[in-house]
Formats: sequence, structure tokens, C-alpha cells
Amino acid sequence: MRDIFNLALLASTIRTATPLILAALGGLFSERSGVINIALEGKMLAGAFTAAAVTYAADTKLGMGNASPWVGLVAAVGASVFIAAIYAVACIRFQADQVVSGAAINILMLGMPGFLSGAFFLSSGSTPQLPKDHLLPQSPIIIAVVIGLLVTLSWYVVYRTPFGLRLRSVGEKPEAADAAGVSVNKIRYSGVLLAGVLAGLGGAYLSIGQSSLFTRNMTSGRGFIALAALIFGKWRPVPTMLACLLFGFTEAISIQMQGAVKLPSGEDIPVQFIQMVPYVLTIIVLAGFIGTSRPPKALGIPYRKEK
Amino acid sequence: MQKLLRQLLFPLIAVVAAFIVGGILILVIGDNPLVAYRLLLGSALSWPDGIGYTLFHATPLIFTGLAVLVGFRCGLFNIGAEGQLYIAAFATAWVGITFANLSAWALVPMCCAAAILTGAFWGAIPGVLKAKFGSHEVINTIMLNFIAVALVSYFTQYHYKIPGDPILQTAPIGWGAHIARFGKFVPGFPQRIPLNLAFLLALLCCFLVYLFLWRTKWGYEIRSTGSNPSAAEYGGISIRKQIVLAMAVSGALAGMVGINDVMGYRYRYYDGFSDNYGFTGIAVALLGRNHPVGVILAALLFAVLQHGGIYVDGFSEHVTKDIVQVLQGVIILFVATESFFKWFLSRK
Repeated sequence: MRDIFNLALLASTIRTATPLILAALGGLFSERSGVINIALEGKMLAGAFTAAAVTYAADTKLGMGNASPWVGLVAAVGASVFIAAIYAVACIRFQADQVVSGAAINILMLGMPGFLSGAFFLSSGSTPQLPKDHLLPQSPIIIAVVIGLLVTLSWYVVYRTPFGLRLRSVGEKPEAADAAGVSVNKIRYSGVLLAGVLAGLGGAYLSIGQSSLFTRNMTSGRGFIALAALIFGKWRPVPTMLACLLFGFTEAISIQMQGAVKLPSGEDIPVQFIQMVPYVLTIIVLAGFIGTSRPPKALGIPYRKEK
Repeated sequence: MQKLLRQLLFPLIAVVAAFIVGGILILVIGDNPLVAYRLLLGSALSWPDGIGYTLFHATPLIFTGLAVLVGFRCGLFNIGAEGQLYIAAFATAWVGITFANLSAWALVPMCCAAAILTGAFWGAIPGVLKAKFGSHEVINTIMLNFIAVALVSYFTQYHYKIPGDPILQTAPIGWGAHIARFGKFVPGFPQRIPLNLAFLLALLCCFLVYLFLWRTKWGYEIRSTGSNPSAAEYGGISIRKQIVLAMAVSGALAGMVGINDVMGYRYRYYDGFSDNYGFTGIAVALLGRNHPVGVILAALLFAVLQHGGIYVDGFSEHVTKDIVQVLQGVIILFVATESFFKWFLSRK
């Protein structure tokens, strides 16, 4: 392998893993509370589009300069939380099937950015290019620190706070949690909305951090990779982060190699096989070949209070 | 009759409600919903183009809708139709290229078999994983979608592309693998409209799926597994077998999209040809209330939207064809929050 393991690759891995880690942590809060989140993809798209569109508007229309990406970031979180709220109401209040509603959100958000950008930017699919100095910080060190803090915080919240205890109990045994006086639905709402916050951040980082505009279907499956990482990391914060780094690494390699990776023996590994790695690993780990990956017990089951 | 009307009522409400939400969104972006909807729906009724293209677009949606339906009836959620149809379409083209010199009598059945069997195989994988290891079919079918897309893209790029072709597509299939377009036997119907025999095959499949699920022992066992697994097991039905069988049948149905696209339309495998057919199939099955007749109606509706989307893109001031996906998403959301959860809960 002609020196593929270098600093540039490490930096690139951190950059590609960042949106995955953010979305996967979001998925963790939602799924630990018992709500499946295949809608991460849709929420990331909402965040990515809103971030780029609002940053552009803040920059050109309001002249906010360097502050504009932060305005975009806040708006992205708002949009993603709004989508998460629709999802939460459908799944928790109306007890809709979580996978079906999630699929609906994903399809909706595949169309919505194009629908809006067609009207506001007269281009179906992408937002205008942003100037390079009006983006979120790019330095891998800053990003690594922020991500490290977020993962630590998530770990602390999930395992060391009363809220985390309730979150986990609601996802495992909602009846018991309910009997102990915990409002199952309230905790689940918080879980799903937190997923909205984090997936929105992840999406925003894609469009105004890694890139400088939104393009059609820009997440291209990253929400599902995040979901895969969550399963691969067995629904625990630190292993999930490591899984995201591994999956980010496969993406970084396929970007850097632009085609095929050369083995010392002179053979090529086509980029498609590298792209498959996260998905194959997830199937293997879910089948229980590498340890066991057991989802929260009440995952996907709406909770109905006994009358 | 009254029962039928009641079955139709809720999907109609969901569709109308979605159109109202879409209309509000169109107003918000400063356009006229009535104009946009006339473009979206009005183009579908013209003869021959409107009707021809609508039926052509409906063909893959009927296949994927049936695929999702068979899964649902067994209590399984097949989000993997997209991957199953890609793998199957590539296999269809592979047979059509490799045995290009055979006559149609041999090649058409061989290509069809390739589509059906490969789809069934790819669908059976998550079935086996669920039956043997208990891993959730939703996750596995999502993962297998990505694996399928990468796999066929690899084979197309490295092994079956004509060298120098800038488009990611295979060499053409042999003449013997072509199936007739409607223009060949419907007088006055132009050959350029790609509506082909696969549409009739799709209708036949609706009938066959009905017979299979409601008139055979296997179908009965699949439905029992879906509606009440523990009772089914108590009654001596092997749930594991039903899961694998249902997923294989589901995959085979999704795979038949390859017959439409490769043998009746493009005459080659074109990478990325599917316009979200697998995911739209979920909407088709749900809106069609998991019944073959409903699937035909829902597929027609989504086909009308898909065809109309092109006109909206071209002729409306602000609205783009993305409105079609927005409407689809809202329709599924409405269906999910009302009728679906009743049915889904009653199966447990």
C-alpha cells in the first residue's frame, strides 16, 4: 500500500467520521429510549440543506459575515428538531410504525431540499457556493476535541445521570419504568428530539464544514452508515464512536484513492469493495459472529399505558 | 361493495390530505397549487404518450409494491427491494450478454429466470439471517441495498462496460433477449414509448400473488406467521421456513423490475437506473392496503405523479419535480399514522 497511512488520511478520517459520530450519537439517544431511528438520513438532509441555505442568506442578505455559519448551524438544528418532532408525534403520540414513519421522513426529505432550493435559489438540488472563510472550523484538532467532549458527555449522560438511567430503562422495560413513576413518553420524546439536535449538527457539518454548499442527496446514505455504526458499537457511546471512525476511515480511503487501492502484491482493490466494508461488518456483527449486538428490548414497540 | 368502499376511503383521505399539505407548501414558495397540480396530474390522460408512459412507470412500482406486500403479510419489512432489483437487473443483463447468440425462445425465459432467481436469492439472505440468527430484517435489507449497489457498480465498471464508454452501463444484450413493446401489437401506439410486455407480467403477478397468499397452503402459512406468529407456531407452522420463503418471494417480485428495464426498455444494464422504485414500493404497498388490487391502484397514482413531475419541472414557475417525493413522503406519513398502525398492532 503506497503510504496510505499518513497524516492527511488521519485528518480526512476525522473529517469524514464527524457527521457519522454526531448522527450515531443522536441515534443512540433515540434507540436507547426504544424508538428506532432509520430517519437519521432524513434529519441529516434537513440539517445539511438548512445550514447551507441559512448561512448563504445570513451572509448575503443580512451581511453577518463570520457569524453566518453559526446562524446556519443553529437553523440546521432547528430544522432537524422540527423533523424529529413530526417523527416523534407520529411514533409516540399516534403510535405509528416507527420504520414506516422513518421511511416516510427519509423520502420526504429527499424531495424537500430540491423543492425549496428550486423556489429560493432557482436551482433544483443545490444551494449557492459559500465563501471559504464563512464555514465552520475545519481544523481536525478542534473537531477531534469537540467530538471527544461530545462523546464523553453522551457517555456521562447515558450512564451516570438519572435521565440516562430512565432513558435506558424506558428502552429496555417500559412497563417497569412506568411503574416506578417515569413518564415513558416524555423520555422517548427527549430521546427522539436529542437525535434531531445531533443529526442536525451532523448534517450541517457536511454542508458548511466539509463542503461549502448543499448538493442533492448530499448525505448519500451517511444516516444509514451512522445507524450501522450504532449497531456495530452495540448501542454504546464509545464503541459507537470507534465504529464511526472505522467507517469514516473506509470513506477517507475511497476518497483518497480515487479508484483503487494498490496492494503490495500489485493487485487492485476496487473502491466499491472498500465502500461495502461498513455494511458487511454490520450484517456480520448483527448476526452475532463477533460478540453479540443486542438491541434495546423495547426497540420499535410503541408504549401503551395499561388503563 | 360497501366493504370495498370502506377499504378505499382511508387511502383516499390520506392522498387528499397530502395534496392539501403539498398545496400549502406550494403557496408558501409563492406559486399556484392549482396550476402545479394540473401540470402534475393532467398530463397523464393524453393518448398515447400520457397513458403509455404512466403504465410504463407503473410497471416497476407494481413489482416492488407486491414485493413489500408479501413481506408485510409475513410480518416482515422488506426495505431491500432496491438492492434486490439492482442485483436482479444486472443478472438479467449478464445472461442477455453472455448468451447473446441464442434465439428468443431460449434467451427470454433464461433472462426472466435470472431476474427472478437472483432477486429471490438476494431477498432470501436477510430471511435466512433472521430465521437463523434473529437479526432484524430492516437493518439487514438496508445494508444489503448498499452492498448490492456497490457490487453491480463494480461488475459494470470493471468487467461488462464497453471500453471507452463514458456512461456506467454494460454492453447491449442480445436481440433474442428483447421483449416486445406495446407499439408492436397495439395499432397506433408508437414504438418509442417503452411500455412493454413486462406490464402485463406485472398484472399477472398481482393475480398470482393473490392466488398464492389467499388460495395456497404456503400463502396461508405466510399470512398466519404475519398475523400471529406464536399461534402459527403452535399450529405446527415453521415460522423460520415462512420467513425465508416470504423474503425469497418478495425478492423475486422485486427482481422482475429487471425484466422491465433491461429486456423491455434499455436493452442493457444501466447503473443507477432505479428511480427509488424499491422505496416507492413501500408507499405503494401501504397505500394499497397490502392488497394486490390496491397495489395496482397505488402504483398507477405514483406513476401519474412521476410522469407529471417532468411537466411540473418544465412548465411551472417555481415548483420542481421534487414535489412528487414530498407528496409521497407525506402520503406514507399519513397512512402510517392512521390505518397502518391498527393493522400492524393487530398482527402482534
